[in-house]
Amino acid sequence: MQSLKLTRKEPLSPRITRFRFEHPEGAPLPIFAGGAHVMVQMQDGAVLRRNAYSLISDPADRSGYEIAVQREDQGRGGSRWMHEQAQPGMVMTIGAPVNLFALNLTAKRHLLIAGGVGITPFLAQVRDLGRIGAPYELHHAIRSAAEAVPLPDGARLHVSDQGSRMDLDAILSGQPLGTHLYVCGSDRMIRAVLDAARGLGWPADALHSEEFLAPAPGEPFAVHCARSHKTLTVGAHQSLLEALEAAGIDAPWLCRGGACGQCETDVIACDGTIDHHDHWLDPDEQAHKIMPCVSRFRGQLLTIDR
Amino acid sequence: MSTPPPTSTGFASRPLHAPLLARPCTAALMIADEAGASALLALAEATPELMPRTTVLLADAGVMNAALRARAPARLVETPLAGLEPALDALLAEARMGLQVHVAGSEGLIGRAVARLLAAGLPLGAIQSEHRGSPARRMQCVHCKTIAEDITTDPYTCPGCGRALYVREHFSRRLGAFQGVCIDAETPGEVPEPVEIQS
Repeated sequence: MQSLKLTRKEPLSPRITRFRFEHPEGAPLPIFAGGAHVMVQMQDGAVLRRNAYSLISDPADRSGYEIAVQREDQGRGGSRWMHEQAQPGMVMTIGAPVNLFALNLTAKRHLLIAGGVGITPFLAQVRDLGRIGAPYELHHAIRSAAEAVPLPDGARLHVSDQGSRMDLDAILSGQPLGTHLYVCGSDRMIRAVLDAARGLGWPADALHSEEFLAPAPGEPFAVHCARSHKTLTVGAHQSLLEALEAAGIDAPWLCRGGACGQCETDVIACDGTIDHHDHWLDPDEQAHKIMPCVSRFRGQLLTIDR
Repeated sequence: MSTPPPTSTGFASRPLHAPLLARPCTAALMIADEAGASALLALAEATPELMPRTTVLLADAGVMNAALRARAPARLVETPLAGLEPALDALLAEARMGLQVHVAGSEGLIGRAVARLLAAGLPLGAIQSEHRGSPARRMQCVHCKTIAEDITTDPYTCPGCGRALYVREHFSRRLGAFQGVCIDAETPGEVPEPVEIQS
């Protein structure tokens, strides 16, 4: 984690705001690759929030990092805090860039499909693609014109309430051999795009997707941490990972959104049901593992190896 | 997520062959030599609905050409084995994502076809292979880089540099060939009696 200064805050659309962070002394920041995200730490009263946001600025521009945050009024409060409390001049704690959604540079061509705020990783990736001269096609699907954000030249905008809904079959059917597909958006949109591609014969190794999950709220539950000899209660609006951290138990993490696999934890005993929300565990692993960043438990007691 | 299981030989690079299966696809390309053509026939028998979307490329398949033609593929192209690469390139130039490829025949044919498909950008996940015919291998000498077709013994003598080469399980997808390594580098002249390659 590093301390960076919020230097600019400007709206891109009614719900999406761009934030720019720079080194407080103007030192150059580490370079990243398009698709990377950073963890933004927010002190929201007594609650420490950590949200992952894709970097949208030019990966080669070391003068600053930019992110775009969509305000989620039904969310846990991180995006609202960014919109309401974060102000230029503030020094904030920002993690180093981590990339779970990198371009496959062996591809002959790149097909990028974004839904809504899922456009963010692609804004950085198209800079990389432009620099290496790789052919690409960027589609941005939104529900209404109010969701539109400035797009790079050549990008195609699809607005469903204006009748220009994205014709997935047409887009997926005409792609030359060697095209890789990248999709970022809601869970529903990602599933629709990947299902369509698989049905048309695209192999899994040409398909890439990224969705950050926010930890879903639920009923409080009890967890016994066998290694630390502690029993704790996870609150309704707290994730298991956050409860472990609050109890001073060291638990690894990276994306905090069910995608990277870093917080994978063995389940020793489970007197109840685990609600798996992650994109990481295979079905056959779900009986004996849990991803504490997004998954919850219902029942008497969950015993984990932490 | 699970890590891929090690292959039966313990070499991650060793190609895995399995009976060909139809998968969802926009178009299919089936490639075989004479020994492999029966695997294509089995696939066509199991999924006749695939054939109107299928191009068949046969390399020196001899009497099997007519049998496959009778399965009514959208297109059937015949080529001498030596002309496999240009024939394949011509078909791939028109191909789009959504293509699923089935290759059947000798290790040499499979290695050459898969290397060409990968070079054209098709991901490995869209390619299936089924080994039919002799266990002969296409080998690269790692010292002089000579490719030798249809090697049936281990060790074999490199036709390029004359070294006695040990037949490794290590496979190069890019070259479509197994690797041959000098067997008597430590003890010049001590070359074991060649044995037939079993699989």
